[in-house]
Amino acid sequence: MTRLKPWLPVIGIAVFAVLLLVVAPAVLSMHWLNNLGKYCCWAIAAVGIGLAWGRGGMLVLGQGVFFGLGAYAMAMHLTLESTAPGSLPVFMILYDPLASLPAFWEPFRSDAFTLAAIVLLPVIVAGVLGYALFKRRIKGAYFAILSQALAVALAVLISSTIRETGGDTGLSDFKYFFGFVLNDDANKVMVFMIAASLLILCLLAVWQLNRSRFGELLVATRDAEERVRFLGYDPANIKLVAYVVAALMASIAGALFVPIVGIITPAEIGASASILMIAGVALGGRASLFGPALGAMAIGWGQSSLGSSWPDGWVYILGLVFILVTLFLPMGLSSLFGKAKGLLWRSRGTPPDALDEPAPVLEPVGDGVTK
Amino acid sequence: MTGPGGALVVTDLRVEFDGFVAVGGVSFDAHPGEVRFLIGPNGAGKTTCIDAITGLSKGTGSVTLGDQQLLGRSTQKIVRLGVGRTFQTASVFEGLSVLQNLDIAAGLHRSSLSLLRARRGVDPAIESALEEIGLSEERETPAGILSHGQKQWLEIGMMLVQEPRALLLDEPVAGMSQDERTATGELLQRIAQRRIVLVVEHDMDFMRRYASRVTVLHQGKVLSEGAVAQVQADPRVQEVYLGTAATTTAGSVPPDAMTETTTDAARHGEGV
Repeated sequence: MTRLKPWLPVIGIAVFAVLLLVVAPAVLSMHWLNNLGKYCCWAIAAVGIGLAWGRGGMLVLGQGVFFGLGAYAMAMHLTLESTAPGSLPVFMILYDPLASLPAFWEPFRSDAFTLAAIVLLPVIVAGVLGYALFKRRIKGAYFAILSQALAVALAVLISSTIRETGGDTGLSDFKYFFGFVLNDDANKVMVFMIAASLLILCLLAVWQLNRSRFGELLVATRDAEERVRFLGYDPANIKLVAYVVAALMASIAGALFVPIVGIITPAEIGASASILMIAGVALGGRASLFGPALGAMAIGWGQSSLGSSWPDGWVYILGLVFILVTLFLPMGLSSLFGKAKGLLWRSRGTPPDALDEPAPVLEPVGDGVTK
Repeated sequence: MTGPGGALVVTDLRVEFDGFVAVGGVSFDAHPGEVRFLIGPNGAGKTTCIDAITGLSKGTGSVTLGDQQLLGRSTQKIVRLGVGRTFQTASVFEGLSVLQNLDIAAGLHRSSLSLLRARRGVDPAIESALEEIGLSEERETPAGILSHGQKQWLEIGMMLVQEPRALLLDEPVAGMSQDERTATGELLQRIAQRRIVLVVEHDMDFMRRYASRVTVLHQGKVLSEGAVAQVQADPRVQEVYLGTAATTTAGSVPPDAMTETTTDAARHGEGV
């Protein structure tokens, strides 16, 4: 058992992988498989938030920014792919029949550029932003407000540039995904598989980061930032790595969200969307490995089942769940496991092997003495 | 300026906070092989001196370790140049075990890429530090539930695994029992055989037992410097510690009696 213990998370990830990649496609209808793909996207972003917030103590309230970077990069590519060569995306002609394609759209015709942009854009933006913020020792509420404001700013920017980005209506009507017809069930399963596999990969990456020395340093930075300087490390660099990794994951999540859901609008990346992303993490347990992913998926499921059948009630239920979790389980639902384990040990009193032994041996001896 | 034999040399150090001069031109030096003490009443600028040396406060003047200038560098850079320090209140990482605390502190000279790997086995340097600070039995204990004295030793251990050339300790024995003080004093003397050890202290008894040389600070300036007996006999030091009311008797107070009163004075001073 003790030799197995460090590998338990990997076994957990493996079980999760089988459920997502084998069981889910076999059991679920196309509609629900697509929904599950959507939850996987939120879960990918949540895994990153778990690293940055749960382990690194950075309250990243504006992950919508990076989600949006990945999503719009992908959406621009898919829009161009669905547009006949030589003509413009439909929405652009709608607003201005004589418009020409904006220069920043042009490179997104290329598959390679799009994929590179999905990876590099968030790394560069988060790298520059994080460097500036962490070197100046901006943290806590100031950091949270700033990141939230950025998400709002990006959403407003997209809303107000309707001719270039589609504005509030967003980008939609994608027909092809890197050459594959999106309206085909087999291809939809493929896109789901990509999202699920990337979620598994992100979980593995964060598992390794958490158990590494970097992970220990990150927790140390979260708990006593100034003290880390006296270990000879600049806490800004440690936080920067976690922040960039979280941003990258959010961007990948956004990029996959687009072909799965079929539309991206500023509402999916703004303040409330960003808060919903972090809400799942808080619910599941920010510092745990599976908590953020499962929490995000639960919130996603709640939104598409309860949220669509009873939209008014869903918001209240969500609010109530949060009040209860923050009051009674500040480390999220995953901390229930630890508590249950503690209770189990206490009720048993002694380890099982010590319990089993005395009973059969002592009983007959005691009987002999009293008689 | 090059210090002789890799010494820590502080020359004309000044630290100001918004016009208030906390340290006004302090000079002293510390060499490997001695346990150097920095004493003085509260507000004398002892901790501020250490803060300036380790880059926590901005100071002017010069602080050199060997031929390296320390002033103006960042804290983490100064640590990498070989200066370790402890704090008045032990600041170990409470959620991590004793071993993890030492391991994280020993990471200084590892490459950045190796940070991505998990820890396997225990470094010999960490093993010997565990031995040195007497926490071998507690290696898996979370640092948060160690006793106060053990936390201070763990902090010293965390400095040792960094293999610093100079160790600065801020009131290491505050709140310790007599036995723990003795163990700490002997530990410091062992460490000082090959390294510079600079101790800021209130406790006169501890200072008297383990100091090789002492610098007395008062109101941000050096009041007196020398061996323990020398400093204790200095009438200016007695005046500072005993106050003006005692000036008439100051000359007649034998050094030993004085240490008792200075201890009291220092304790009263703590409340100020």
